[in-house]
Amino acid sequence: MIFIVLAGFITSFLAPLLYRLLGRYVYVPMVLLPLAIFVCLCSFLPEVLAGQYVQQEYVWVSSLNINLQFYLDGLALFFALLISGFGTLVMLYAKGYLDDHPLLGRFYLYLTLFMTAMLGLVMSDNIFSLFVFWELTSISSYLLIGFKHKNETSRTSAWQALLVTGGGGLALMGGLILLGIGNNSYTLSDILVNNGFISHNLYLPALILILLGCFTKSAQFPFHFWLPNAMEAPTPVSAYLHSATMVKAGIYLLARLSPLLGGSEVWQYTLLLVGGVTAVMGALLALQKTDVKAILAYTTISALGLLVTMIGLNSELALEGMLVFLLAHALYKGTLFMVAGAVDHSTGTREVQELYGLGRQMKPVAIAATLAGLSMAGLLPFLGFIGKELLYEAALEDPAKELLAFAVTFIAGSVFACIATLVGYRLFWSKSTNSSPVKHAPGAMLYLPPLLLGTAGLAFGLWPELLATPILHRAAQSITGNTELLLELTLWHGFTLVLGLSLLTLLVGLLLYRFLPRLHQFAPALEAIYTYGPNNLYHKGIAGFLNSSRKFIGWLQNGYLRSYVATIVLTFSGLVLYTTFRNKPELALAEYASLLKNTELYEIIIMILMVAGLIFLMNTRSRLTSIVVMGLVGYSAALFYILFGAPDVAATQLLIETLTVVIFVLLLHKLPAFTYLSHVGHKYKYIFVSVIFGATMTYVLLFTQQHAVGSPLKDYYGQASYLEAHGRNIVNVILVDFRGLDTLGEITVLAIAALGIVGLLRLNPEKGGKR
Amino acid sequence: MEALLSIVTGMLFMVSMYFILHRHLFKLILGLILFGLATNLFMFVAGGLTRGNSAILKQDQEVAIEPYADPVPQALLLTAIVIGFGLQAFAIVIIKRVYQVYKSNNLDDLANNDNIEH
Repeated sequence: MIFIVLAGFITSFLAPLLYRLLGRYVYVPMVLLPLAIFVCLCSFLPEVLAGQYVQQEYVWVSSLNINLQFYLDGLALFFALLISGFGTLVMLYAKGYLDDHPLLGRFYLYLTLFMTAMLGLVMSDNIFSLFVFWELTSISSYLLIGFKHKNETSRTSAWQALLVTGGGGLALMGGLILLGIGNNSYTLSDILVNNGFISHNLYLPALILILLGCFTKSAQFPFHFWLPNAMEAPTPVSAYLHSATMVKAGIYLLARLSPLLGGSEVWQYTLLLVGGVTAVMGALLALQKTDVKAILAYTTISALGLLVTMIGLNSELALEGMLVFLLAHALYKGTLFMVAGAVDHSTGTREVQELYGLGRQMKPVAIAATLAGLSMAGLLPFLGFIGKELLYEAALEDPAKELLAFAVTFIAGSVFACIATLVGYRLFWSKSTNSSPVKHAPGAMLYLPPLLLGTAGLAFGLWPELLATPILHRAAQSITGNTELLLELTLWHGFTLVLGLSLLTLLVGLLLYRFLPRLHQFAPALEAIYTYGPNNLYHKGIAGFLNSSRKFIGWLQNGYLRSYVATIVLTFSGLVLYTTFRNKPELALAEYASLLKNTELYEIIIMILMVAGLIFLMNTRSRLTSIVVMGLVGYSAALFYILFGAPDVAATQLLIETLTVVIFVLLLHKLPAFTYLSHVGHKYKYIFVSVIFGATMTYVLLFTQQHAVGSPLKDYYGQASYLEAHGRNIVNVILVDFRGLDTLGEITVLAIAALGIVGLLRLNPEKGGKR
Repeated sequence: MEALLSIVTGMLFMVSMYFILHRHLFKLILGLILFGLATNLFMFVAGGLTRGNSAILKQDQEVAIEPYADPVPQALLLTAIVIGFGLQAFAIVIIKRVYQVYKSNNLDDLANNDNIEH
């Protein structure tokens, strides 16, 4: 199985190269790849159908439990076959749709990347690789939605889809890791065997996080809004990602984890509620839209909601119905999207109010649409019919949730019937005096894939026990965890209550269709409600976020040196004071008072000199005076060094101080004269910051002395200076011998500074020097 | 003694910070130099003060005998002073340069480069 994934990745990245080599015929290898994968997956069929599973493991980062583990059971194989089979048709269709698009190679790269990621997702057995593939599908979906990157709406929609599904992905990661911790294993097939996780105290957080991931991915309310916007993508993408495969990733994961997480009340009611709301809301919104792709997008949301509801019912029947409906939906919705793309391609519009009676000009497309429409409406003998029957049976099975589940199924089903009539009938067969003009008839690549898919819907319906039952049977066993489970699909159930409900649904659907034009007229009046919808909230949130971060950065990085310095200083002082306040260390000032007696008169005089110098410095207006006073302060410091046994330091200080004064005086006439620039009011702010800083430093200094930490270094150097390095001046010995390399570094710094100074001085633009 | 010197060091820090916060280029240099000085004194005082006895062995000694000043802060200090000098010299020259190029003595004018003549 790793070869499937590897082949997919390699081929996808070869696509642009192949495009350069083969030109528009790049589609040949790109179509062959999913076909080959499909055939390859079929070779696993006998094993899986016999009730076994295939497991492969490749060690990757085993210390972090991240391994490439693949697991192919009924459910995984069902999805994988769906993805690769559908992929083959979409690759073909993409060629017909994009035709001579200059970025065809790139498009195939993204599309193949997505397909591979999706295959990897359904086959993953390790939760980390599952997550990686999950995120890869989000990223490739982002790239595909934004394929028309010069279009701003495309970019916004792509960004929105990525933020929503990516955010959900992060939640999912958290949930999966909790799952791994709670079950003490990071291998999905091991985790699933564990039955007692429901009572584990990590169950609820893990459940919430995983549901967040699944709901965002599968466009459940209130995260549904990205899906209609994602219709900005080229139609092959909408057909593939946003109806048949990627949005079903959430459904897949819910189904996969339902033996483990399912069964609790939280699980059931959350799924029922969220799925139900999504299904009804999607259905109602679909009725108000006039753009074919938007209509299909909302019915997709509705269908996804229905699938979630069924998983929430959690009975074996419901899960079977879910699987059948999922397959039926993928087949007809994919077909309809492709049909919409073909119509758009040929007529240049997707507005249903402008499209009538296209059937004569594009017969194959029309046939495909009708086949899909019939399946969507749930008519005999299509797979959609079997799906709907099962959904009704499941909904009516449990008396406790009967009403809710039935209402949801009924509303969604009626709307599906209505939309199916609209798309499968009115667009193509309605008699109209002025049928829409067709610029050019769609080519074979545009109508063959939908036709094939539509026919598949019929074939699956006619011979369910041959085509669908075996694999769905094993898939249902994987979901329920019940290996005894038998799934049998039959087209004709006899005249039962469910059949009557089916007919009623159809009737209501036709009735809705009859009033659809009026609904469309009425729809704009409802726009006001959507101002508070999640889509607008999302946009407001993003705008507000960008705005506030812009303000924040403008405030934080304002470009003024003094505010940076003040921030640093105040933060430092604040942290020091906070630590002091928290730890309440004792600072015995009384001790210092006794030490004061130990002060010599000349020391006090020097200190008075320094303080006086500082005060003078603050008041003077003359540059020369301030330089001289600076020198005075420096020399006083040097005197202290002498007094306290540091003659070398004092010598250096004296030299440096002299040099600084010399440099200053030399450059004095080139330096700006004193003028008071700052606002007078700011002066007090500066004084405040300075006083706080000075006080903190004094405090730290007093504190350090009182809690001095002894260091063995002094003794070591005192011992070793003469005996090992043969020098009597310990400080000098340290500098040139023990820490000689440091001194070398110091000299280097000085040399660099000197070079910089020379460069700056020689650079003399006024006199025509080098710039 | 230590307490008084600590207070003086704090005052040095205070004045240097006061100068650095000003907009004037010249005051920035003064502030930087004072800041260096204050840091050096800080290190010196924090390292412990020993009156008189320097860290130099007498002719008849093979190992140092207490009391003698701790040589480690002094070695650090020497390095710091010299590096600080490099920084000061560089700062003085670069500020002179900035003054020439921008024709302004105001730090806030450096936020835009309208004044640069090309």
